[in-house]
Amino acid sequence: MGSGATGPVGRVWQLRAGVRAYGLIVMMWIRSTMTYRASFAMTTFGNFAATAFDFVTILLMFAHTEALGGYSLPEIALLYGLAGTAFGLTDLLLGSVDRLGRRVRDGTLDTLLVRPVPVLAQVAADRFALRRLGRVFQGLLVLGYALVVLDVDWSPLKVLMLPLAVVSGAAIFAAVFVTGAAFQFVAQDAAEVQNGFTYGGSTLLQYPPTIFAKELVRGVTFVVPLAFVNWLPALYVLGREAPAGLPGWLAFLPPVVAVGCVGLAGLAWRVGLRSYRSTGS
Amino acid sequence: MAVAVEVTGADSTGAGPGPGFIEVDAVEKVFSVRRRGASRLRREKHEVRAVDGISFRVARGEMVGYIGPNGAGKSTTIKMLTGILTPSGGRLRVAGIDPARERTRLSYRIGVVFGQRTTLWWDLPLRDSYRLVHRMYRIPDARYRENLARCVELLDLGELLDVPVRQLSLGQRMRGDIAAALLHDPDVLYLDEPTIGLDVVSKAEVREFLRDLNAERGTTVLLTTHDLTDIEQLCKRVMVIDHGRLMYDGELAGLHEVGRSERTLVVDLERAAAPIELEGVRVVKVEGPRQWLAFPASRSAAPIVTAVAAAYPLVDLSVREPDIEAVIAKMYAGRS
Repeated sequence: MGSGATGPVGRVWQLRAGVRAYGLIVMMWIRSTMTYRASFAMTTFGNFAATAFDFVTILLMFAHTEALGGYSLPEIALLYGLAGTAFGLTDLLLGSVDRLGRRVRDGTLDTLLVRPVPVLAQVAADRFALRRLGRVFQGLLVLGYALVVLDVDWSPLKVLMLPLAVVSGAAIFAAVFVTGAAFQFVAQDAAEVQNGFTYGGSTLLQYPPTIFAKELVRGVTFVVPLAFVNWLPALYVLGREAPAGLPGWLAFLPPVVAVGCVGLAGLAWRVGLRSYRSTGS
Repeated sequence: MAVAVEVTGADSTGAGPGPGFIEVDAVEKVFSVRRRGASRLRREKHEVRAVDGISFRVARGEMVGYIGPNGAGKSTTIKMLTGILTPSGGRLRVAGIDPARERTRLSYRIGVVFGQRTTLWWDLPLRDSYRLVHRMYRIPDARYRENLARCVELLDLGELLDVPVRQLSLGQRMRGDIAAALLHDPDVLYLDEPTIGLDVVSKAEVREFLRDLNAERGTTVLLTTHDLTDIEQLCKRVMVIDHGRLMYDGELAGLHEVGRSERTLVVDLERAAAPIELEGVRVVKVEGPRQWLAFPASRSAAPIVTAVAAAYPLVDLSVREPDIEAVIAKMYAGRS
């Protein structure tokens, strides 16, 4: 509703219009960034380096121990690489949706609502920052290292599992981002809560589930389903048992979970936007 | 004092029943605000009627001023007319479209300028912001070029097109923003405080452009402002809103009568003198050689200035317009 686009035809139209508008706005941001080329180069490297420190932390731990929660360094690198790449992609594509609360507060959201393109596309493309590619590269690098070093008994299914996990993982993170943004329609200062789930969640996933309490693992499986981003598919690839006594077939569910999450996030967004339009802020 | 104030000055062109380009019927907007109640922990719900049953019609091609003190409900009305907010009650139509239900369809028909929130791209040349509008609104190429050329000429933007927006002055940016809102040929232009913060020259430029736009293209214009001069120079019709209700709808001169508002003539004489005595003029304050003379806003200042100059050694003078808050306060006082 809102834009009068109801029914499947309206939805498809909205999706196409949204993607097109997203592209247009992203190009504007890239051109804005390119007016400061040196700054762009430095911040991209900075982004790469800052996220790389996460992995350096893990390397330092392995200087003192053979295994972490029963996992070897290459195994953890696989977990890290999958989560890092998936999160990096989401952060690149819609990392600025958490600025929504600020837009509600200062009233600039209204300027987006009088344009003929979906608001979510405009908010997602807001402050698009190519420098966030640094995080994606770093994730891919660690993933590459893991795949070279790991001694895995590869099967077609296991090979397929990796790209599927990255794409599904990115979609799950996207859903968390958008749901968090939708919540900011009601609570404008909730950006930090959202960051807890997104940035916090991605850091959590860099470590094996065995080092966390069972309740937490179940929580990120069934409540905020972050476990589907990398834990469950990666453990299947490594030939390990699913964490916290969960059934093994859950490893095949990430795409399904991702679709479900994205659907729910879309719903939350619509509810949030409708509530904004009826309450003002 | 009566709480319900009837709308006066019904001589305006678009008022009354019948079709209008903008139709507003008994529109309400109620916000429920939570605030801390007597006990510290429980928050009490509290209803705020930001817009409390407003009705008006605006005909195609009209230019209407919409004024009122801060928090009177001006912005809320504009937000409902643009489809940003959904009304809590009543009926709204703009160009036959229900704004809340068909926000996207409406957006092609309206242009909106929020005075203090620019939609231009800070780090990019002005031209780039217009290109985005071009593609976002899918404006046919020929049409876009034609509209841009017209705006560039009338708003004097030619030399600014390749300048990054961050280097523009406030007045230049406002002109840029107005152009951005007009490239897709809207039928209605909403302007929220279009002259706020601008210097005298920029204000005059913006007003002149709006007048031309309205005369040449027949664009319907609804503008909110704090500056009565905007209204004086642009709008035949003015609507006053306060506490969410329409207090007045009619000509500006009529508003001054209803509000019994006064302009102030400040004169500096060569030396201190006794309060000036003139018919229809009241001395409000004397401070050495400077005197403040109040006279009805509906009267011209020229004969008064002539009379003062003839009888007293005049050094300097200035005329102060009544401010909106004062006019509205007087309207209340006049009714109690």
